[in-house]
Amino acid sequence: MIRLTSITRVFRMGDQEVRALNGVNLDIASGEYVSIMGPSGSGKSTLLNVVGLLDRPDSGRYELDGSDVTDLSETERARVRREKIGFVFQSFHLVPRLTAAENIELPLMLEGIAPAERKSRVDAALDAFDLKDRARHRPAELSGGQRQRVAIARATILRPTALLADEPTGNLDHRIGAEVMALLEGLHHAGTTLIVVTHDRELGARAHRHIAMRDGEIVGDEK
Amino acid sequence: MNLRDTLTLSFSTVVSYRTRSLLIVLAMALGVAAVVVLTALGEGARRYVVGQFSSLGTNLVIVLPGRAETSGGFPGAALGQTPRDLTLDDALFISHLPQVKRYAPLNVGVAELSAGGKLREVTVLGSTSELLPIRHMKLSQGSFLAHGSERSAQIVLGSVLAHEFFPDGNAVGQRVRLGDSRFMVSGVLAVQGESMGFNSDEIAIIPVDYAQELFNTNTLFRILVEARSRNAIEPAKAAIAHALKLRHDGEEDVTVITQDAILATFDRILRALTLGVAGIAAISLAVAGILVMNVMLVAVAQRTSEIGLLKALGAPAADIRRLFFAEAVWLSLAGGAIGYALGNAGAWMIRLAYPTLPAWPPAWASMAGVATALITGILASLLPAARAARLDPVLALSGK
Repeated sequence: MIRLTSITRVFRMGDQEVRALNGVNLDIASGEYVSIMGPSGSGKSTLLNVVGLLDRPDSGRYELDGSDVTDLSETERARVRREKIGFVFQSFHLVPRLTAAENIELPLMLEGIAPAERKSRVDAALDAFDLKDRARHRPAELSGGQRQRVAIARATILRPTALLADEPTGNLDHRIGAEVMALLEGLHHAGTTLIVVTHDRELGARAHRHIAMRDGEIVGDEK
Repeated sequence: MNLRDTLTLSFSTVVSYRTRSLLIVLAMALGVAAVVVLTALGEGARRYVVGQFSSLGTNLVIVLPGRAETSGGFPGAALGQTPRDLTLDDALFISHLPQVKRYAPLNVGVAELSAGGKLREVTVLGSTSELLPIRHMKLSQGSFLAHGSERSAQIVLGSVLAHEFFPDGNAVGQRVRLGDSRFMVSGVLAVQGESMGFNSDEIAIIPVDYAQELFNTNTLFRILVEARSRNAIEPAKAAIAHALKLRHDGEEDVTVITQDAILATFDRILRALTLGVAGIAAISLAVAGILVMNVMLVAVAQRTSEIGLLKALGAPAADIRRLFFAEAVWLSLAGGAIGYALGNAGAWMIRLAYPTLPAWPPAWASMAGVATALITGILASLLPAARAARLDPVLALSGK
């Protein structure tokens, strides 16, 4: 459960103040499938970063799964990110010198899970995302769709409650993009909260709840 | 993230940035190797000098005529006097001092040695049978000058001379002519090589009386004295100086030096020199440290989006700091180890090229070199690691 109350985030660009988020109120229940849409600069990525605890709001209150996470220390925020949130990025963000399996293993390593258990969980993920024969390939040797599959496997390996995807198909062609979306939606069906930021109308329309943003404010919210 | 994972992950990073890592490791290794090789040279020089001195004899006190003064001339010079010479009687007098174990008077000169139709100029030492033990000389054949028989015309040949004049190896018992006198070869010295710039393989030793006759003198070049023990060196020196002053009408006109004093001075100088070159070499390690810092800062800038990713995946700042820190540890460890190996290989090559120079790197220098490499590398990584850990995750993810 995500609850944002009067969230404001201000960036200073030179002597000008840009209100990326201006008093945003938003409730997202567990297991929802939400798309956030809007033109560039509307604040949708900032909203996603605040929800993902990557960015700190300048004012307002953020409750995640019933606990206030607004004023957590940097280390605690890292722990919450690790345990509750999975990110999927437009540019995949795979570590180029690590193999597909090692990229998927990273969150388990950060969590301090023993190597034997890590291996069985990574193997299971490779199976689930149909990457078995690509396990030992580095990102440079993978296709775009395979890279995003590795990224999704990595984002979900610790079974987060919320999966945050920022333009997950932005770097993929239409067919592969649809495959990736089907994959994400499959995870949603399995119970994960899925929040997709996009400016692709067709993609946004697939979600069950559509949030429209403009100039740092939510201007539309329909189910 | 546990320690093992931190180490393996940073190790794979170091390995994958091959050129960058090789260059840093090379810089570190050269610094460490420089410390090892230079201290090996310094230490080798010190050991060489110490070795040369102890090959001269132990507990040695040397008496030489004349007074080494730092200011003013010999007081009697204005009256037309010269410093009194050392004589055999002086030597005999010294020998009765309780601190003296044995003594050998020494005359040195050059004469023509001929035998079997061959002729060459040789350096001739005139002394007594005690010269052999005092100077730690060894014989390969025959016997040394017989004890108490200074008047018998014996000659001991250096190994090279013996070989030149008697190639068949039967030198002992042969007759040779030195200057105008005839001598019988009583023994041949073992090969000793050069010592303090003096090649004992090409000398001939005859009884001191014959030498004085040959060189037409009644004075001595040196008196070599061996004190009873190490502790007796200083008392012996004082007693000899006092005794000769009495014999020379209260005039201090001889110089008594001990080998230990010279040795200690050389030892001090060469130790300081070794420390000095080690310090200079250590500067190159500091330079390597700055290089590590520079390269790590570049690495942080290059891997900004990767650091952002780790943060998004939930890596706390401490984990990221440790990852960069561990990278520097790997680089410094490799640099230190390779440098140590390179330095020892260098020292080994020096020993091969100059077998007389015992160029073994001292253990303290090797350890200090490797430790300095580790410490500078680790210190140099602190700032880049802290910078990486402080990065804002949102900005870092977008590569800014």
